[in-house]
This record gives sequence, structure tokens and C-alpha cells, in this order.
Amino acid sequence: MMLPGLIVLFVFAYLPMFGIIIAFKDYRAYQGVVGSRWVGLKNFYYLFETDDARRIVVNTLEMNALFIASVLLVALAIALLLKEVQGSSRWLAKFYQSTLFFPYLFSYVIINYFVFALLNRSDGLVNHSLQAVGGSAVSWYQSPQYWPVILTLVTVWKNGGFWSIVYLAGMLAINPELYEAATMDGASKWRQIWHITLPMLKPLIIINVLLSIGRIFYADFGLFYQVTRNAPELYPATDVIDTYVYRTLTSIGDVGMASAAGTFQAVIGFVLVLFSNWLVRRTEPQSAIF
Amino acid sequence: MPSIPRESKYRPFRPGRLAIHAVLLVLSFLFLLPLILLVSASLSSETDISTYGFTFLPHRVTFAAYEYVLQNPSQIVTAYAVTVTVTVIGTLAGVLVMALLAYPLSRTDFSWRRPLSFVVFFTLLFSGGLVPLYILVTHYLQIQDTLWALILPYLVMPWYVFLLRAYFAGLPRELIDAAKVDGAGEWRIFFQIIVPLSRPALATVALFCALTYWNDWYLALLFINNPALEPLQYLLYQISTNIETLQTSSQAFGVQIPALSAQMAIAVLAIGPITLAFLAVQKHFISGVTLGGVKGE
Repeated sequence: MMLPGLIVLFVFAYLPMFGIIIAFKDYRAYQGVVGSRWVGLKNFYYLFETDDARRIVVNTLEMNALFIASVLLVALAIALLLKEVQGSSRWLAKFYQSTLFFPYLFSYVIINYFVFALLNRSDGLVNHSLQAVGGSAVSWYQSPQYWPVILTLVTVWKNGGFWSIVYLAGMLAINPELYEAATMDGASKWRQIWHITLPMLKPLIIINVLLSIGRIFYADFGLFYQVTRNAPELYPATDVIDTYVYRTLTSIGDVGMASAAGTFQAVIGFVLVLFSNWLVRRTEPQSAIF
Repeated sequence: MPSIPRESKYRPFRPGRLAIHAVLLVLSFLFLLPLILLVSASLSSETDISTYGFTFLPHRVTFAAYEYVLQNPSQIVTAYAVTVTVTVIGTLAGVLVMALLAYPLSRTDFSWRRPLSFVVFFTLLFSGGLVPLYILVTHYLQIQDTLWALILPYLVMPWYVFLLRAYFAGLPRELIDAAKVDGAGEWRIFFQIIVPLSRPALATVALFCALTYWNDWYLALLFINNPALEPLQYLLYQISTNIETLQTSSQAFGVQIPALSAQMAIAVLAIGPITLAFLAVQKHFISGVTLGGVKGE
């Protein structure tokens, strides 16, 4: 019964795990993975000699940290708003949820089209609006300094609704008697949010944040590759480990360097997952993943 | 979603609540804004776009871009066919394979439950990354430029295996025992008892699998060179990076090139089905999010 699933996992998950030995070899396609010559840490040595290594690690960590904090804040804020209107109009409450969830459905290819409609130099809505109020057009796709903000907005737009629904479900599971008692005692809405809603949500928030921290070494390839249109001018801000590995492997064809970066990511990523789970176990033992 | 007490349905809007509605309405509009821009551009003429830029409403509505795109539809039809094939096969096979994997893992009387659960779980913790996968697929399996390369890598997604396992584990154990007493084998129990009872969970997983396959361009970017096997999203990606593809093909006919509006029209054609599907089953989607999400995904 389980055989098909286990075979797929073995081939597409476990075999590539053993493939990390490529990072310690001088890979030649005709010699295969096993037959290629061992070179020790030479690939890593070359990788960390470049300026790229620092740049992609810093970008990956910085951007993911921005995303985690912004998505959490926006999702919680939306969930709080949604919770307030739950009782008043069912139809509108559904409409908001669906609309805010909607962007989650789009691939980054489509999102690239959206962003291009907003930001392209000559016809984009943003530049047209800037010019309408007397400003001058900006070449967004050549100005890396704006992209941490742009990509954060895109991420919040795509994922904010999804996470707000997760948090809303958590909020609706809170015992309503707590709020009734607080209202009787004359507690304001803000005090209720601060002293009931957020504390009751804490376990859920902690797990989600720690899980994201566990994945902080992995960038969302589609976001950084598609939405930036892979513009080299933006690399100073948007080149992350995943785009670097892809580019080094496919356009430069440097298997050694690409696999060194990939293996570095896999190992540090693994350590971070273990670490964040250890943290979960310390704070919320019953919700640790393992 | 818990049902709302009857009297609250008719509660009048209070000023504070009105303000919240206003904020949410504005927010909803902002979230839909890019989509509106896209649809508007697809209905505009190329000259209007270059004069006025992208606008929320087309200055003059024209279907020229759609006519242009559908005039020579073979590429889009092929891409659509690839995407539909991959989505249907991938979703059906994926749900089946994952359910078959999850069911024994949900049975407490299955002695390999713990080690095999770990085998599934470990793939979430550690992965070999792109380079080994790329070499595996292109050098050892040699399934590049086949539909297999677009389906197999996403077939088993560990989160969904655990979602299904949790759902199966919540089904009453007596049903299985009773069926066993009646002499039903494990396969029969699975297909005739477990599957019908697990429709909500299976539907949720199917929805998210379908979304993954429908939206995928990454596997095509890595493994597909044959134009006949390019899925829709990958075609869109190529068009956006390479407007000349459209331009050179149109110059042959000597027509004006609706490059931007045509791009947007193709994008609208690509998101149309998923938007309609979402409107039809949004309830399941949203309850699916909470099914997987609250359990700490």
C-alpha cells in the first residue's frame, strides 16, 4: 500500500540527499556522481572567496526576516479586523476573507505581470501617478534600493490573507466567555485584544514564527527570480542563495560552486530547523514538531 | 466556522464597526488592484497603454488583444493541454499515493508506524537541494522533456501526508474492526470505508495539489526544452522575458503588435480558470487553510 509513496520519496527526496557529496567532488558528467574525483572542501573554499557568498547569505537572511515580521504583523491586524466584523454581516465577512486570500492563488509568473503593470518605466501605474503629481519617473527595475520594500509588499500581499485566516481561526476558537467576562468588568476592546486575544494566540504565533525561522535560510525562488525579472541590476539587493544556485548551475554551469552553495544552505538550514524546534519545545512543549 | 448567534445577524452597524468595514473594504480593493489593472490592460488598445499607461478602466474597451492572441492559438492551446494533463494526472495520482501512504501511518496497530513516519518527516527537515535533483533527473533518470519531470517531483508532499494521517487517525476505530470481522481485506477497508469518510480532507489536499501543479513553472524551467511540453505558466514566463517572440511572429502578418495588451490577455486567460475554480470552492479552500494551518503547519 505504501510502496508507491515510499519509492517516490526515496527517488526524489533521499537520493538527492546523498547527492550532497557532489559538493565535495570535482563533478564531471561522464564520470557520474560516484565516479567523480573527491576534492575535499575546495568548492567551498572557492565559494567563500567570492564576494557573492556574503551577499547572498546577507540578502537571504535580511529579506526573510523582513518578510516574517511584516507578514505576521499584517496578518494579525487583518485577523483582528475580520474578527470584529464576524458578527455583523456574514456576507461581507466572507467577501473580505475571500478577497484577501485571493492573491495566494497566483503563481509568481502571474505576479510578475501584476508588478510589471505597476512598475514598468514608461507605462506603469506608479510612474504615471508620480508624474501626475509632479514627480519624475523612476527606473524601478534598475534601482535595487527600493526592492526590499517592493518584495516585502508583494509577499505581504500574497501571503497576508492566507495567514490572517489561520490566525482568525485561532481567534474564533477562543472561549467567548472570556470576552463576556471582560466586557462586564468594563474592559475596552484594546485591553481585550492585549490581554485575551494575543495571549491566547501566543502558542500559534510562536510555532509559526519559529517554523519560519527554521526556513530562514531558504528563499522563495519564484519571488526573487520572477518578480525581479531576474534583472542583474537588482542583484545587490535581491540575489539570494536559491537564485545564485540556480544561476550558477544553469547559466554558468559551475556545478562545484552551485552544489557548495546548495549544500551549505541545506546543512545550515537543517541546523536551524533543529534549533527552532528545540526552542519550541522549551516554550510550548506540546506543540513541538518532534 | 462556528455559526453566528441569530440575533447578532440583525445587529445594527455601530460607528466603530463601520470604520472597520471601511478599512477592510479599502484593503480588499487594494488586494484586488493588480488584478483590475491586468484585466483593464488586456481590454485596452496598445496605443492607449502607451499614451495613458496602465489604468484601472480601459479608455476604450477593445478585444483586439484577445483576438490577436486567439488568432494563432496553437501555442496557447498546447500549453493549456499540458497544464491540464499535468494537473489532472498529478492531482489524482498524488492524492491516491499520499492517502495510501498516510493510511497505514494512521493505524496504531501498524508496527512500522513510527520509523516510517520519520522517513516521511525527515524529508521536511533536510533536502539535497537543486543541484543533486537536477543531476538526478537529467543525468540518471533522463526524464527531462517528458511529462514525468513535471509530475513526479511534486507527487508526495509530506505536509499533506501528515494532514491526511491526522484525519484518518480521527476516524472511529470500530468501523475498521467491524469491517475486519466481516472479512474485509485492508484494501477494501481503505477504499470502501476510509476514502468515503475522508472526503473533506481528500478534497482539501486535492485542491492544494491542483493549485501547485496548475501554477508550476519551476519544473518546466529546469527540465523542459521541448516547446510541445511547455505548461501555461512557463509559456507566460517566456513571453514576459522575451516579448520578441510575439513580435517576430506578428511581423510576418504585417499587423500592429499588441505586445503589452496581448501579454496581459494571455495572463488573464491563464488565471481565468483558477479564479472561477476558486469562486466555486472558496469555502473548501478557506476551511482547508485552517485544517492544515491551525495544527501548526
